[in-house]
Order: sequence, then structure tokens, then C-alpha cells
Amino acid sequence: MKQCLAIIGHLGSALLLLGRSLRFTGTLLRQFPRFVEQCYLIGYTSLPIVTILLFFIGSVLALQSGYSMENFGAKQFIGTLVGLSTVRELGPVMVAILIAGRVGSAITAELASMKVYQEIDALITMNIPPERMLVLPRLAAIIVMMPVLTLIGILCGWFGGALTCQYTHSISIDSEVYFTALKQFMKNRDVADGLIKAEIFGFVIVLICCHLGLSTRGGPREIGASVTRAVVTSLIFILVLDFFVTKGLLLVP
Amino acid sequence: MSANFTASPFVGKTFGVTVEHLCKSYGESAVLHDVSFEVRPGEIYAIMGPSGSGKSVLLKQIAGLETPTSGSARIGNFDAADPATRNQVRLALVFQAGALFNSLSVYDNLALYPREHRLCDEAGIRDRVMHALHILSLEKSAGKLPAELSGGMKKRVAIARALVMEPQLLLYDEPTSELDPVMSATLSEIIATLREQTAVTSIVVTHDSNLALSIADRISILMDGRLRATGKAAEFKNHSDPVIANFLNPVIDLQNPRFKQLEQSHE
Repeated sequence: MKQCLAIIGHLGSALLLLGRSLRFTGTLLRQFPRFVEQCYLIGYTSLPIVTILLFFIGSVLALQSGYSMENFGAKQFIGTLVGLSTVRELGPVMVAILIAGRVGSAITAELASMKVYQEIDALITMNIPPERMLVLPRLAAIIVMMPVLTLIGILCGWFGGALTCQYTHSISIDSEVYFTALKQFMKNRDVADGLIKAEIFGFVIVLICCHLGLSTRGGPREIGASVTRAVVTSLIFILVLDFFVTKGLLLVP
Repeated sequence: MSANFTASPFVGKTFGVTVEHLCKSYGESAVLHDVSFEVRPGEIYAIMGPSGSGKSVLLKQIAGLETPTSGSARIGNFDAADPATRNQVRLALVFQAGALFNSLSVYDNLALYPREHRLCDEAGIRDRVMHALHILSLEKSAGKLPAELSGGMKKRVAIARALVMEPQLLLYDEPTSELDPVMSATLSEIIATLREQTAVTSIVVTHDSNLALSIADRISILMDGRLRATGKAAEFKNHSDPVIANFLNPVIDLQNPRFKQLEQSHE
């Protein structure tokens, strides 16, 4: 019961933080250098790992589906399977998990450290709202960078699948066949659904990580505890939201 | 080190502080009990007390960083706990550990306030920042990161950052801790000169009796979360209360060491 109340309390506080941050949306233009800095940190520095991760996820998916689908004589549809799985599910979820571990943890660590060492208090006494200076640029940056990262990741996954199909002896499907199958069943709506999911995941991750960073109390040990809490909470939210957002998107005609 | 200020004077724009029946508890633990005092506009007011007596907690209530459990702290006619007060009163707090922004250089730490509040153009900001750095002999450290500074230098940067704000109420939390005697004396001069030239109300939380007795107009002694005495600084030089007299001028008695008394009290 106490745990449930604590979770509800955190949810409420995170929503309040969001409300307070959105109040400063008008100042976003003034925060442009910070926004660009966050885009660099969230997007550019995550790009290599996103490409590697999704490339190999696409490759493994092609390998596994090639092995299974050969029994049904449906090898020519590997492109469809890899394409749809990557764009609708694996792309957004894997990029979100990566962002939670890499970017979310860094956000919480930075804000928690600022809180513990009274930098946040200093901002408040200087009448500089931390929501304006620290939260809003990060939320804006994730909104811009998450679809970009996901799209690049999806393309890498498709490419990884295509290379695996072409150069794995047991599959031996030409790239042209692979991409023809991929295009045949892929709709713009699938890409849009994947990007909507990625956007929601990214936004929630940054909000959770900012909230847990700013609500850190105590000494340096609490910084580590907050980072762990932020990553675990983000991962849980990604998976829970994945179910509900997918269900919701499937209901939309 | 120079202690001349050419910052625009704030005479008439400074605020007094009124603390009335203020209590603060964290869960079951009560830290401040019914604390009341008044700081007049333009005054240097020292709050002294032993470690753990609640001085810094009291300062947080005045700065509006925490909300009192009961009672109130007011800056002029504004409630200190109300965030809107910060739009009315330019308040600067010099934190005990500096609380500098570690990712910013010393220059950018000082420039943050005028930039965020768009007080002037970049040339004006540069003048303000360099002037504050000059006052505290920190010109050569402008490009350094806080991590590259000593504890004392961090404290001076924190004071310089407060000066750039041209505050109407200036709060110091243990300003002389981690400073050598010469720097402590210089800092005392800076606090006093700043008040003289800008008439800024200053509240100094300290357990440095030299600092308090030399610069404060009035002093309050806080012990175990309660105000034990309040009066003019001169009254504390030979105080009749033996506890206060012993706190302000502790006598080192090697025949009857104090730590043995502490040991006995813990038993």
C-alpha cells in the first residue's frame, strides 16, 4: 500500500513538473543553445550505438526467421517480417531502452548531482526556474531527436536483415527480393505508428529521469540510487506503455 | 585586495526581514522552535550558534527554499515561502559550499543571472562580471571551472556571483568557513563595505564570533533550534549568560577537557 502511494505520488509530481515546464514553452527560443546542446547529447552521441544495435537486431531477426520460415517455404517473406517487426516494435522499443540506459541515466545523474550539491537551490534563489533551464530543453530535444534516431535505427535494421539474407548460405535471398517483400506489406501508417511510439517513450523517459533527478534528497550516495531508480522505472514504463500504446494505435482505423 | 564598490546603490530599495513564531520539523524531528526576530532594512544581522543548532535551516526558510511547518518568514511585506516573492525581491544566497554550477566556467557562473534575466547586453554583462571578479581578486580565474578551484576560491566566486546580482537582500551561510584568517578578515571587510555602499540588508549565519562581532549590527544566538539571546553586537562582547559567553569565547581547559564531558553525556 505504501509503495502504491509512493508510485502515485511520483506520477503526480512528474505531471506537475511537466506542467511547470510547459509553462515556459514561450521561452524555448531563448533556450536555443541549450536545446542544440541537448540534441547533440541525446541524438548525435547516441547515433553510433543505435545503428550498431538495430543493424544486428535486424540481422538476428533475419537469421532466426530464415531458419523458421524455410520449413513453411515462406523464405521470400523474410523482408516483410523483418521490416514490420523493426518498424512497428523493435525499432522504437530498442531505441527507447537504449535512450533510457544511456541518456536517461546521464540526465538523472546530472540533475541529482546538481540537487545534492545545492546548484538547484542556487538557481531557485536566483529566480531561474530549473524547469525552464534544465527540463524544457531536454524535453524539446527528445521530441526532435527520438524520431530521427528511431528512423535511422529502423533503416539500419532493414539493411542488417538484407545483408544477412543475401550472404547467409542457408537463406540466400537476394536483396531485391527482400526489399520487394518489405515494400509489399509496409504502409506509411506502420512507420507513423512506430515513430509515435518512439516519441511517447522518449518523452516519458526524459520526464521520469528529470523528475527523479530533481527529487533526489540526501548525499552523494543518493545520486547512484536515483540513477538506478530512473533507469528501472523508465524500462518498466517503456514495456507497459508499449502494450497500451500498441493497443491504442491498432484501434485507430 | 580591493574592497571598493561602484555598483549602483540600492538605498531605499532594500528589504527588512521579519521572522514570526517560525517552527520547522522534518517528520518527527523538530529543528526550529518558535523563532522570532526582525532584521531592519540595511542592517547586518548575524545568526550565531553551534553546529546543528538550525542556523542553515533558518536561512533556508528566509530564502524561501523550504516552507516553515508553522509561523512565517517575511521579506518586507512578502511571504518568503511564496515563489512569487522572488519576482519582487532580488535575493542572493551565498551557500556554505559555494553551490557553483560545475559545468560552467567561473565567468559563466557569474554571467548566468544577468543573462537569464536579460539585465543588459553582453558587453554590460562582461563589465558587471569582471568588476565583481576584480573585487574578489578572481580575474585570473575567470576561465577556470569550479573543479579547478580551492574551497576558499569557490567561496569567493559564490560571493562574486551574489554581487553580480546586485541583491536587495543578501544571505550568507557560513561565509568564512574554509577560508584562511587573512581571507576571513578580507571577507568581513567586503560584507561591511558592501552594506555601507549599497545599503543591502545582510543576514550572516556563522559560528565565527570574530566575523559576527566585528561586522554585525545585531546578533541572535540560536541554540537547539531556539533563540537564546538577541541584541546589539557590543552586548555580546562580555555577555552575562555563561553559556553564550563560553560559546563566543571558549576557554581551552587541558585539565578538564571538554570532550570528556561529551563522552560522559553520551554515556
